Amino acid sequence: MSRHIAKVMFAVLGWLLVACASAAQPTPQAAPADEAQGAAEPVRQVEGATPQTLTIYSGRSENLVGPIIEQFREASGIDVQVRWGKTAELAATLLEEGANSPADIFFAQDPGGLGAVAGMLAPLPEDILERVDPRFRDPEGRWVGISGRARVIVYNTERVRPEDLPDDLWGFTDPTWKGRIGWAPTNASFQTMVTAMRVAWGEEKTRQWLEGILANEPKVYEKNTPIVAAAGAGEIDVGFVNHYYLYRFLQEEGESFPARNYFLPGGGPGSLVMVAGAGVLESSANKEAAYKFLRFMLSPVAQQYFATQTFEYPLVEGVRTHRELPPLSELNVIQINLADLADLQGTVRLLSEVGALP
Amino acid sequence: MAELTITRSRTRSFGRGARPGRVPLPASWMTLALWGLAIMVAGAVLLPTTYLLVRTLDAGTAAWGLVFQARTAQILGRTAWLALTVTVASAAIAVPLAWLTVRTDLPFRRLWAVLTALPLVIPSYVGAYLVVAALGPRGMVQQWLEELVGISRLPDIYGFPGALLVLTMLSYPYTLLIVRAALLRLDPALEEASRSLGYGPWTTFWRVTLPQLRPALAAGSLLVALYTLRDFGAVSIMRYNTFTRVIYIQYQSTFDRAAAAALSLVLVALSLGVLVLEVRTQRRARYHRSRGKSARARPVTRLGPWRWPALLFCATVVSVSLVLPAGVLLYWLVRGLRAGQELTPLWLATRNSVLASGAAAVATLVAALPVAVLNVRRPGRLSHLVERLTYTGFALPGVVIALALVFFGARYARPLYQTLPMLIFAYVILFLPQAVGAVRASLLQVHPSLEETARSLGRRPWQVFTTITMPLVWPGAAAGMGLVFLTTMKELPATLILGPLGFKTLSTLVWSAVSEAFFAQAAAPALLLILVSSVPMTLFILKEHGEET
Repeated sequence: MSRHIAKVMFAVLGWLLVACASAAQPTPQAAPADEAQGAAEPVRQVEGATPQTLTIYSGRSENLVGPIIEQFREASGIDVQVRWGKTAELAATLLEEGANSPADIFFAQDPGGLGAVAGMLAPLPEDILERVDPRFRDPEGRWVGISGRARVIVYNTERVRPEDLPDDLWGFTDPTWKGRIGWAPTNASFQTMVTAMRVAWGEEKTRQWLEGILANEPKVYEKNTPIVAAAGAGEIDVGFVNHYYLYRFLQEEGESFPARNYFLPGGGPGSLVMVAGAGVLESSANKEAAYKFLRFMLSPVAQQYFATQTFEYPLVEGVRTHRELPPLSELNVIQINLADLADLQGTVRLLSEVGALP
Repeated sequence: MAELTITRSRTRSFGRGARPGRVPLPASWMTLALWGLAIMVAGAVLLPTTYLLVRTLDAGTAAWGLVFQARTAQILGRTAWLALTVTVASAAIAVPLAWLTVRTDLPFRRLWAVLTALPLVIPSYVGAYLVVAALGPRGMVQQWLEELVGISRLPDIYGFPGALLVLTMLSYPYTLLIVRAALLRLDPALEEASRSLGYGPWTTFWRVTLPQLRPALAAGSLLVALYTLRDFGAVSIMRYNTFTRVIYIQYQSTFDRAAAAALSLVLVALSLGVLVLEVRTQRRARYHRSRGKSARARPVTRLGPWRWPALLFCATVVSVSLVLPAGVLLYWLVRGLRAGQELTPLWLATRNSVLASGAAAVATLVAALPVAVLNVRRPGRLSHLVERLTYTGFALPGVVIALALVFFGARYARPLYQTLPMLIFAYVILFLPQAVGAVRASLLQVHPSLEETARSLGRRPWQVFTTITMPLVWPGAAAGMGLVFLTTMKELPATLILGPLGFKTLSTLVWSAVSEAFFAQAAAPALLLILVSSVPMTLFILKEHGEET
């Protein structure tokens, strides 16, 4: 009997590899137009030919942007293939791949990820850049914001009244907030906010703020989602987060979920609006198709999608925000260029020095 | 180089006489083939370390600034402490479980055997998230308790206790599966002798059984310790700063690959320390029995009234490590369905998960066999080195391994880059030690005289291998494949970065839903992940029991 074990094993291995190879073929759901070409090797178009395939590295989640990418696929007839991942890991992947990258587009969760690979991105056509306020795009035109997210305070409605919340981030250094704050020092959006503090307040005041918050013994979380969960559970009273996660929880848990957003009215670095954005790889042979994709993402249809489905802020004039959100024009947003928030290294150094990061 | 070493090891083997485990046979083409394969495997597992060296050296001294800080030592200490405690706790859970399910008349022991192995498939970030949802200061358990007895806040689970709990409950199956496999193959003769000399079952267990399980216990503990070193999900959610977190911060916040590489090299060094430590525990011991299969049935200890505490123990372990996470998932799923959420179809992802994990399990075993066989049957510096090398990648976070393969794949293997074979290759590098450890522990129990006899009776080496060696190490090999299968099912970073475009697995679906707080969407694939993994696990454990009784 046992003599056959090895043979059987190899047979199984062979079968599995064959089966997997067929499993790796694009499924009808994933790629209707590209059955024959195989998903494993993204097809490079010869220059001049009509580009039919587009490869996107997306740091944004499929649950959030999958449907709108699907709409683009249907509308354009271009076969879009997406590698879903985390923004930072995909940025590192792009950097390791260099000019060999199969990606045409990098769709990132935050400007930091785009900044990290900016050297690999091609300048975008004016007509794309012009659709968005200069604050929300790269001054050198290599990436453009697609949707906006505001920094907010999420608070537990059973333990905190909105009128007790301060106007400004500085207010949370007050000892009355001891043991009641949740934050995520490793989170990219939080770090961008700290960078904004350094730009707006200067290094010394930012350090004092961080030390003040640390003195209030904040609970540390990995990212926004668990902070919102913790605020809802009453584990913390307030947390520093991006605005749109709350609405996911309200959808999952119903209106009774006892947490709400508070948009700081002070106009300081706590009233920051950031973007998720995208850029086109210099090494891409499908730049025209890639531009088409960006134009679509900045079209009223797609912007409306972000406003209503992901609860984000549309960045294009004339598209209305979700009715549950205060419109951008009503927020006292800090006037700061996202491109000025590139010094992540300095922020991480500061966070480490005060002991907020390991 | 291979030939040279063989000759040297043979000379030494003649010089010192046959040390246990050494088969003084002339090197055949079979041995040469094994060496060839083993060296190839060693080359593959060295890729991540090579990449780290390239990245670090590229950056010059700048990359080391972060490493040489006072804080680094402190975090290393915390990391090592967590690894140590998780390993000890896992052994304390796994050894009694293995013994109860193999050697006693515990009621439903096959069921327990299956259930206690399953937590291994729960991804650590999901496990940690679920534990917080259930046992957090204001989690589900607290809410029940509040209704029942008015407790308004549970003690804080975050930090060391939470990390210890989650990592132990997710990684003790490593030790359990390997120790179980060894226990099943253990020759009862020594234990019978001990009993006939008047020692009680307790003394026999401590003085005879347990020492014989040492290689298996060491192999399992090694996996647990290295798994703890490389884990990111659990420690980040439990807010316990380990070395992996520091590495991630470099990727995540500053996109500084050189600093991340330098820090990763420190982790490699730490894992080398653990490896040396493990070698110390088992030098110069012999564990093999004289016969191929035990002719006698395993002695069964009657538990009598002790069966109640034993059952309670099994039930507690299963409740905390399996029922609790599955319960939270089920709750999310039902809540989502009630709210009218539609679930995405999971068939394709399930098929992808099973096929990729199955292929990874078989491929990993194929890579592990030459390494383990040479290590046990041709002990020498080189075979030992190759075996140890397979572990170096295991302590590294998955993203580091994935980036290493991006580095080499995009440059030198463009046609294979981001294809399924490449992903399987990544799985092999990631999970090889699990198979090597399991096969090795099994092989150590096989007396070389069996193979020598077959050889002297005129069997060719490959015949000996397929008819004698393989069947005898099969439980270990199967345990190794099981481990690889289960851990591949939940693997995330390499699947995301190196999988073919559009290649979705259950674990990528879980991740994508959890990360954006779509809990109902996450619950369905997560439950399916546990369910699908339990099928091969059940078959395997039932067969294991069937074979031996």
